[in-house]
Amino acid sequence: MEYSFDFSVIADNFGLLLSGAWLTLKMSLLAIAFGLIIGVIGSLFRTSGNPLLNGIALAYVEVIRNTPYLIQLFFIFFGLPSLGLTLSAEQAAILSLAINFGAYSTEIVRAGVESISKGQIEAGLAIGFKKLAVFRHIVIPPALANVYPALIGQVILAVLFTSVVSQIAAEDLTYAGNYLNSRTFRSFEIYFTIALMYLAIVWIVKALAYLIELRFFEFAKYRK
Amino acid sequence: MTYSQPETNAATVARDPEAIIIAKGVHKRYDNDFHVLKGISLTVNKGEVVVLMGPSGSGKSTLIRTFNGLEPYQEGKIEIDGTEISHNQKGIELIRREVGMVFQQFNLFPHLTILKNVTLGPIHLKGLSQDDAEAQAMELLERVGIAPQANKYPGQLSGGQQQRVAIARALAMEPKVMLFDEPTSALDPEMVREVLDVMRKLAQSGMTMVCVTHEVGFAREVADRIIFLAEGELVTDTTPDKFFNNPEEERIKQFLSQILH
Ligand SMILES: Nc1ncnc2c1ncn2[C@@H]1O[C@H](COP(=O)(O)OP(=O)(O)OP(=O)(O)O)[C@@H](O)[C@H]1O
Ligand SMILES: [Mg+2]
Repeated sequence: MEYSFDFSVIADNFGLLLSGAWLTLKMSLLAIAFGLIIGVIGSLFRTSGNPLLNGIALAYVEVIRNTPYLIQLFFIFFGLPSLGLTLSAEQAAILSLAINFGAYSTEIVRAGVESISKGQIEAGLAIGFKKLAVFRHIVIPPALANVYPALIGQVILAVLFTSVVSQIAAEDLTYAGNYLNSRTFRSFEIYFTIALMYLAIVWIVKALAYLIELRFFEFAKYRK
Repeated sequence: MTYSQPETNAATVARDPEAIIIAKGVHKRYDNDFHVLKGISLTVNKGEVVVLMGPSGSGKSTLIRTFNGLEPYQEGKIEIDGTEISHNQKGIELIRREVGMVFQQFNLFPHLTILKNVTLGPIHLKGLSQDDAEAQAMELLERVGIAPQANKYPGQLSGGQQQRVAIARALAMEPKVMLFDEPTSALDPEMVREVLDVMRKLAQSGMTMVCVTHEVGFAREVADRIIFLAEGELVTDTTPDKFFNNPEEERIKQFLSQILH
């Protein structure tokens, strides 16, 4: 087996790879941010005690968690135009990723909400906060802290999931790699580099998560 | 004696202008049909300190929690400073701002510093600016002796310190009445005193207080009245002197013999 490695393909096209990586990072962060908002609202519905709201959130979680992400992506990108909603590849990618991450985070955040003692909630009510304000100011912050490791695990999966969006020609890192590969057939060099770049992106996301933890969850150190 | 007898017709009750809490024939059943409050009537006047005592399970917590709507009730009537706590709890938030509550388990918000625990309500519910809320909070923390800990988190404080913060947090809403549900029961013995001292000072400052507590020293010294509950009924409403030195009821004698040693 004679294969002479030639990484010049990487050097020559690094700008292309970087712009793909940038889109991957951008889509990841936007999808995670929107998905987390969905997750918080979903967990509110799930724990509201209102059968209708709970039912809506539960149906959403069930459908998303039990169907392939690729199909969700195709449905949003190729299916929704039939209803008159046409999105760019990038928009469809972010929306579908957010919806997907939202379902997983709904269940994670719900577990966090359920870990908050009734006493905390009653203390908030006793001061005079309405239920929704108690949820916002008193329940959600420690709930997120309690499930933060699980949430970060899901965040990383969400970042890795983004590679699927190359299937609708969103020009992410995987798309850039596929494009170079089809032109140069330097598969080893290209996918090796792409893998390293995904690793770097995940590390960036983890670093951000750590900064957020330092900034907002300092108190968690002192809990017994 | 300010205890008023149960009325058959609530509408005919003359309102005492000094009354802050008026309960009339309050009945509560839990979902499983357990009849926990069986027609409780009482009045608490401005500036009074009322101590609620009774055996475990007699309904003390349940009763005190109906005074800020944490427990709904089915029959009777409860008024806080002239505003009725309706059975469907409409507008209960506004009443709760006037009624401070201190819990056995402190229930501080773990994610907020001591200072922010105290300012949360005033900033969001009374529209105080952060500066004003913090100035007020520091004054209160000073009063309960926790000012040096203002920037720590609850998890860094002892139980006694946490309970004093909980008192400051409730006071920050400038309530008309304070409810205490066994505020020292979860504390190590050496911390009970620091909390009782704060409560004693609060009573001296003229605050209206309803306290569930089995601290006999506190009750003797600070309470204006002792109310004794048993099995969901109000057995007696009397002075500490009479309650501790001259109890008439057999149930009270039995109860005292248990808690006095
Ligand atoms: N959510 C509930 N559902 C059903 N029964 C309840 C509920 N909460 C309390 N009870 C019952 O109501 C009765 C009164 O309870 P409550 O907590 O008011 O008593 P207490 O006088 O405060 O007792 P303790 O001194 O133990 O705190 C008890 O028998 C208790 O088991
Ligand atoms: Mg109790």
